[in-house]
Amino acid sequence: MAKREYNTVESGPRAFWDMLHPTIQKNYGQWKYHDRPRPGVLHHVSKTGDEVWTVKAGTHRQVTVDIARRLCDVADKYCAGFLRWTVRNNVEFTTDVEANVAPMIEELEAMGHPVGGTGNSVAAMAHTQGWLHCDIPATDASGVVKSIMDLMYDEFKQEEMPNRVKLSTSCCEINCGGQADIAIVVQHTRPPRINHDILATTCEMPSTVARCPVAAIRPTTVNGKPSLMVVDEKCICCGACFGACPAMEINHPEYSKLAIWIGGKNSNPRSRPSNMKLVAHGLPNNVNRWPEVAEKVTSILKAYKEGGRDWERVGEWADRIGWKKFFEVTGLPFDKYMIDNYRHARTSFNQSAHIRF
Amino acid sequence: MAENKLNPTPNLDTLEEGPWPSFISGFKELYNRTGNTMVRGVLDQLNYSYETRMGYWKGGVVGVHGYGAGIISRYSMVPELFPEAKEFHTMRIQPPPGLHYSTKALREVLDIWEKHGSGIISMHGQTGNLQLQGVTQDKVQELFDDLNQLGWDLGGAGATVRTGASCVGQARCEMACYDTLKMHEKVLTYFTDLVHRPQLPYKAKFKFSGCGNDCANAIQRSDYAVIGTWKDDIQVDEAEVSKFIEERGIAYLTNNVITRCPTNAIEMNEDGKSITINNSDCVRCMHCLNVMNKALSPGNERGVSLLVGGKGHLKVGNMLGSVIVPFMKMDDDDDIEKFIDLIDEMIDYWAENALDHERVGETIERVGMQQFLDAVGLEATPEMVLQPRDNPYFKAPYEEAG
Repeated sequence: MAKREYNTVESGPRAFWDMLHPTIQKNYGQWKYHDRPRPGVLHHVSKTGDEVWTVKAGTHRQVTVDIARRLCDVADKYCAGFLRWTVRNNVEFTTDVEANVAPMIEELEAMGHPVGGTGNSVAAMAHTQGWLHCDIPATDASGVVKSIMDLMYDEFKQEEMPNRVKLSTSCCEINCGGQADIAIVVQHTRPPRINHDILATTCEMPSTVARCPVAAIRPTTVNGKPSLMVVDEKCICCGACFGACPAMEINHPEYSKLAIWIGGKNSNPRSRPSNMKLVAHGLPNNVNRWPEVAEKVTSILKAYKEGGRDWERVGEWADRIGWKKFFEVTGLPFDKYMIDNYRHARTSFNQSAHIRF
Repeated sequence: MAENKLNPTPNLDTLEEGPWPSFISGFKELYNRTGNTMVRGVLDQLNYSYETRMGYWKGGVVGVHGYGAGIISRYSMVPELFPEAKEFHTMRIQPPPGLHYSTKALREVLDIWEKHGSGIISMHGQTGNLQLQGVTQDKVQELFDDLNQLGWDLGGAGATVRTGASCVGQARCEMACYDTLKMHEKVLTYFTDLVHRPQLPYKAKFKFSGCGNDCANAIQRSDYAVIGTWKDDIQVDEAEVSKFIEERGIAYLTNNVITRCPTNAIEMNEDGKSITINNSDCVRCMHCLNVMNKALSPGNERGVSLLVGGKGHLKVGNMLGSVIVPFMKMDDDDDIEKFIDLIDEMIDYWAENALDHERVGETIERVGMQQFLDAVGLEATPEMVLQPRDNPYFKAPYEEAG
């Protein structure tokens, strides 16, 4: 390698101030209120009297320099050269000229970017890397998102749900996609298959043993060489060991399934933040369009749209109508695997005589 | 393999149908313009994954001079099938807080990225990084140097402080009770060494949300969740309240504001045109402010609540962050310094005492909250619990138990 001339500057996060639209700089910390003139558009009013309009659009999530440059063109034309991304991979264009809103929407939609995702819409999905780029995925993520968002296209562009709906998908049980109103998460259904030939040279055995949450991994000797074994009865098929040791293959074309969880909510309004709950499992990893998963997600959303009250998130709706009724109205079967049998499970049992018939 | 043409990808082609923007069409467009064979190789390998329903990337070690983290190495497990995708590493870049960009700065990144890598980008990954996906080891240093000269730095990966995340903040939100963007920038800059060089038991994440709506998803997904809040009374614009009631009606106010308040802190007044908020009952959940956004605003005495220990699945299951500091004012740089001092204590204790691959929430669960509070020098307060213990088995030192 040639001699390196440049000395690294460990600068930390990229400074943000020069990334802000001048009107946003001027009104920083001065905003008074906002409203939504139409789905996909936010209107913020400052204490100074200044106003800005923000147009929110969906993206491919996995984008390219070409797509990002075209989005920059829109920002250059209408937003003085500034734009913003959201944590759910939407792109936001803020302008201080109201007349820019309509042509901007037209242009974005003509480019194939739906405008929506505000208020009580079904927002774009948070997701993981999947087969495109991750080293431990059992399914794809971008493909699941594409398949589900095709079905949610109108719900993204409208604000017709009782409250906002956030979706996520994750390609292994580490669940980088996160919790959401409806979360699709891979479910491994078999213990890892161990490649004893490479284990000793590939993996640090003590840390692999320590990684197991239920102490199902033990040292052993195979063909005279040190290796590891899994006690099948103890194993909960979480795949944690595979992250530490690639010789413990957890993914399987048939036995890696998908599960659906609902009621994850990180925000505090009304009810406290809550973890997601299992409502469907054992769904096939059916490329290229995951129809079984899509059908269940659609039936949950349909029931929520019909039965949810204003401002109720999916989990709050299920809590109000009761889980018994949730399974009735969504048509999903409840079974014994939905009863928690891990740590602190008892706190999830019905410790009351509150029963609906 | 054809020289200038994409190979057939029948599985992926079906993902070009339907109204939502298709990433496959985006990749094909990129290949057709640039002829970058890495893009073709990745499409081929992805199609093979769809065919066989297995993933084919493995990790390794790729880095830049002086750093131990920030590049996610990806080598194909089947390079003989897909030599063009043999190496496909990702460079994690710390974006500007709040994910605000000028097109000038973003275009510079795009141009540098196209020069050195595949041209595939994720805006942004789940950890909040700007992810440049698809670079070979021999290009990594030049790529980083070009970006670094423009003020961009690598994000965290592995056992490090990870790239922070923050909501839109005071840049464009009336609810933000502190400057999330500035705090993000300052805190993560302070911990830069821990971002770049893995020396912790496992990952440590900071997320900054300006209010309880928690748009940065801090409580569920960060070890150190910084949530904006206020101490005094909600500000009420009486004229806007009566306008709201006039426009939406008493039934709407009753059903969507008053009865939705989790602590019954709001009452309708006799005149039918105004409300009374019992602020001592208010838990700052944000619901009424969200609904009556023009009429109600956060109080004036603003700051943050710190919730520690949120995390995802592995290894002991989901945990939400819990209150460690109910309120800290966050008005100026001195306040940020005090926050950093406190976090330094927590990270030190955790780094000394955690097991391998244990997040701080798991450490607290294992050693007990009492011990954690003693270790970091904080007093126990009622805001930390939903209720005192209902488990009768406990022991206190003789001098305290009497």
